[in-house]
Amino acid sequence: MRKLILYIGLAVFLSNCKGEQQIAIEASNVFSDKGVEIPVYDFENFEHLLNINDGKTRVINFWATWCKPCVAELPYFELINSRYPNKEVEVILVSLDLPNHVESKLIPFVKKQRIQSKIVLLDDPDANTWIPKVNENWSGSIPATIIYKGNTSNFYERSFTYDELERELKKIL
Amino acid sequence: MKTLKILVVVVLVIAVSAFAIDKVNVNEADKGYAIGDTATDFKLKNIDDKMVSLEDYKDAKGFIVIFTCNHCPYSVAYEDRIIELDKKFKTKGYPVIAINPNNPKAYPTDSFDEMKVRAKEKGFTFPYLFDDGQKIYPQYGATKTPHVYILEKTGTGNLVRYIGAIDNNYKDAAAADEKYVEDAVNALLKGEKIPVETTKAIGCSIKA
Repeated sequence: MRKLILYIGLAVFLSNCKGEQQIAIEASNVFSDKGVEIPVYDFENFEHLLNINDGKTRVINFWATWCKPCVAELPYFELINSRYPNKEVEVILVSLDLPNHVESKLIPFVKKQRIQSKIVLLDDPDANTWIPKVNENWSGSIPATIIYKGNTSNFYERSFTYDELERELKKIL
Repeated sequence: MKTLKILVVVVLVIAVSAFAIDKVNVNEADKGYAIGDTATDFKLKNIDDKMVSLEDYKDAKGFIVIFTCNHCPYSVAYEDRIIELDKKFKTKGYPVIAINPNNPKAYPTDSFDEMKVRAKEKGFTFPYLFDDGQKIYPQYGATKTPHVYILEKTGTGNLVRYIGAIDNNYKDAAAADEKYVEDAVNALLKGEKIPVETTKAIGCSIKA
């Protein structure tokens, strides 16, 4: 049975490297089905994931199940996620699937492909406002990727091979 | 003396534009049109098997050119709104011209035959053209579907007046409180300045 659990006010706490400040990220919703959990964020909450300063390198990939080039490069992100220790690198797959496709398309896809990286759904229809906040040069097409650590951040509106992705990761690591 | 002055100015203009063209070639070749640029006309096959060009529209004041397709959920979410735009503005001189830029080899549901099926299902009131060989969309600089270019017909060609999204809510037409395309066409019809000339949107990457 498919179930949708509403965690209104669910807060994920993230601390900076000194542990002095805590930022609360509130998911507006959490889809949960057969062991897959996908939190849903509006941009205001999601944005915190682009600004964590804990010494870890983050690889943030914007994708969707309907985007063929995105799906084609997902295995490379998965490989980065499994090859690099969690303490050093975190991969976050940001799905832009429509919320009404999460249960019918996204969750079955995640289960079938056995995706291990963290998946979040960015659900904020006013894209014209938030796209330039991710990167002012981004046209809004996907796949798009951010690799960042602390204040060093690179943005890519393109597809990757595994070698290309790893090369870019090593520039930041 | 006057001739000489004009000549100097002409040479200067040529020099500057040569430099500009050079710069464009280096940095912006794949970026397509900016606001104010002259948009190319085209001759593309419509779902009724007839060829369509912008020049066929003798009475049009301009065009709402929309790169869209069948397979993309964002395009599908906007289909009804695209029909509404056409109904609203065709009679005022701004018809919708939809173009599918995708290569059916990448997305079989974007084939010419599937376009016919989808247009019939939805009752498209506007031409739905196939960018055979994927030659037109790169000239416009469309990167995704849906991607809108509003053109104003002038004595010197069809000038690009707006580039971007249809409105600010892809999920829910009723919740969209910024109707970029409507506002832009209304401003053009009144001869006023377009309030927002470019917007960004998530869309499905075009696959050539």
